[in-house]
Amino acid sequence: MIWETVRLSLLSVRRNVLRSFLTLLGIVIGVAAVIAMLTIGSGTTEKVKADISKLGSNLLVVRPGRPAGPGGPGGLDQATRPLGSKELAALVAHLSGARAISPASQKQVRVIFSTESLTSGVTGTDSAYLDARDWKLVSGRPFSDSENRSGTGVCLIGETVRQQFFGAGDPEGEIIRVNRTSCKIIGLLEPKGYTGFGQDQDNVVLMPLAAYQRRIAGNRDIDSIYVAADDRTPTTELLPRVEDILRDARRIPPDREDDFSIRDMTQIADAMASATTTMTGMLGAVAGVSLLVGGIGIMNIMLVSVTERTREIGIRLAIGAHEKHILIQFLVEATVLSLLGGLIGILIGLTLAGLASLTLAIPFAPSPAVILLAVGFSALIGMVFGFFPALRGARLDPIDALRHE
Amino acid sequence: MSGSRLITFDKVWKSYGQGEATVHALAGVDLAIRSGEFVAIMGPSGSGKSTAMNIIGCLDTPTAGTYSFMGIDAGRLDRNRRAMLRNLYVGFVFQGYNLLPRTTAVENVELPLIYRGVAARERHDLAMKALAEVGLVGREHHTPAELSGGQQQRVAIARAIVTRPTLLVADEPTGNLDTARTHEIMELLTRLNTELGLTIAMVTHEADVAFYAGRTIRFLDGHVASDAVNLEVV
Ligand SMILES: Nc1ncnc2c1ncn2[C@@H]1O[C@H](COP(=O)(O)OP(=O)(O)OP(=O)(O)O)[C@@H](O)[C@H]1O
Ligand SMILES: [Mg+2]
Repeated sequence: MIWETVRLSLLSVRRNVLRSFLTLLGIVIGVAAVIAMLTIGSGTTEKVKADISKLGSNLLVVRPGRPAGPGGPGGLDQATRPLGSKELAALVAHLSGARAISPASQKQVRVIFSTESLTSGVTGTDSAYLDARDWKLVSGRPFSDSENRSGTGVCLIGETVRQQFFGAGDPEGEIIRVNRTSCKIIGLLEPKGYTGFGQDQDNVVLMPLAAYQRRIAGNRDIDSIYVAADDRTPTTELLPRVEDILRDARRIPPDREDDFSIRDMTQIADAMASATTTMTGMLGAVAGVSLLVGGIGIMNIMLVSVTERTREIGIRLAIGAHEKHILIQFLVEATVLSLLGGLIGILIGLTLAGLASLTLAIPFAPSPAVILLAVGFSALIGMVFGFFPALRGARLDPIDALRHE
Repeated sequence: MSGSRLITFDKVWKSYGQGEATVHALAGVDLAIRSGEFVAIMGPSGSGKSTAMNIIGCLDTPTAGTYSFMGIDAGRLDRNRRAMLRNLYVGFVFQGYNLLPRTTAVENVELPLIYRGVAARERHDLAMKALAEVGLVGREHHTPAELSGGQQQRVAIARAIVTRPTLLVADEPTGNLDTARTHEIMELLTRLNTELGLTIAMVTHEADVAFYAGRTIRFLDGHVASDAVNLEVV
């Protein structure tokens, strides 16, 4: 009986392909939007989390300038004192609970090899940088202590730089020109891919801080200091220690605020992940509204259908159908229609999310739970919005219905 | 041919509207039809024929008076119970055929069996058999749009008899047909009446159609004006 009804309703969908399609459009768009939003959203969340963990796990980043927040605008201002070797030395000497402490100064610089050139992020740092940022070498070796100290012209390059200059070839031992100085490649960094903001993390050249300061920056400033916590120390515990040491090193009186900021990358990761979750939720709600519109579309078409088929209802009632038979018939029809829209919507939504994950370079993360929910929800919409029209059909008087033209 | 009493009208009234505007479609009709009878109902337009037929077929209920069908007080049953009675004991044939559009002949004939809960296979077999009985072999999978008026009415008759009903209610079954087709359909109804013992109540405007029946009841202004056995010779 139910299968009969389902078959019947599929037939009536087929008889009116165009109209059924137009009716379904609301549901299709609604479900497609929900599926695409949620799938892209969870992909983005995964991507953000992965990005942050690529920065290095349990990482604190110290920069000059007051911290952002209620205290006022963050970042560098006129009076900001840069960080320097004094602060770095203080941290190295006094900080406990850190796995790695590393300075980094960075600049976009034109890098040249032979006739090729590339603008690359050139970073002056030391050998602890790789550890702090959980970065490995594919080949070669890190800077030696003597290279660190003396600022020898050696460098490590990222995958993008290698591809630009050497294709698949071995870059080790080659000399590239960075700004106006030359430096010898001693190692190749493991590829990290793009950040969520589309920044190529592999378009980098690392060189000893001293070399960078002397030959590229022309000063002895340090842009940031990376402090990686060891396994036993949570960043929340490490952060106040770093702050104390730096205040001391920079001789900040107790009544003055910090003139540097310490960012906890773990917290930023969590905040960003929850921001994308909220965003996803909101977009999902918008999509939900379009589902509601879709439901009203279903209701409308079912009312039309009941009116158009008044005579059919009359015949069925005369022949012995009970109210519930007619009710079920139209309910099933509305549900089948709505489900069909839901399934088409899911396909479109997943396709959109797939395309988005390709273009945005985020993981394609379809969730079975979300898909099931969409199926259930579209069926529910069919039932809820189909109920009133179905009831109207079921309550018809057979004589009036038979007389209907 | 005097079987048991199948249909009894006891001072049946059917009124529409209220106050001044009240129309009495039936005004105290007394009537009895026995099982196995073939009754023609005639009368001018608006005299209450269709109203009476709807009550006979348990589609409608009297405003006042008693309608009993197979000894059941059908006038006081609720919608669903009357639907059940119709499904079990009554077949309908209408002037306008009333087949489901874009639905094949067999599927149309199967329809009442669906509401009886008959399984698909058996339903199909019974429907094919009913179509054979009305002489429609070879047209089973045509839709109404692909059938002539006479053929459509045969499908409607097959649908009415597929449940082996006790009573066939036919409101102007030949109203839309030409003379030749009219007589074919009437031959068919007569055969069903004699061979299956099917009780038939049929409205018609044509005397020669009424003549196929064994008895003619004439309505006038909601009353039975005359009720007589059809004589073999005019
Ligand atoms: N639903 C209704 N509402 C109001 N009046 C009605 C309704 N149904 C029938 N009538 C009235 O009842 C009277 C009898 O109608 P009925 O349909 O029984 O006539 P009939 O004998 O079948 O006529 P015809 O030969 O034209 O089919 C008519 O006056 C009609 O207007
Ligand atoms: Mg009539």
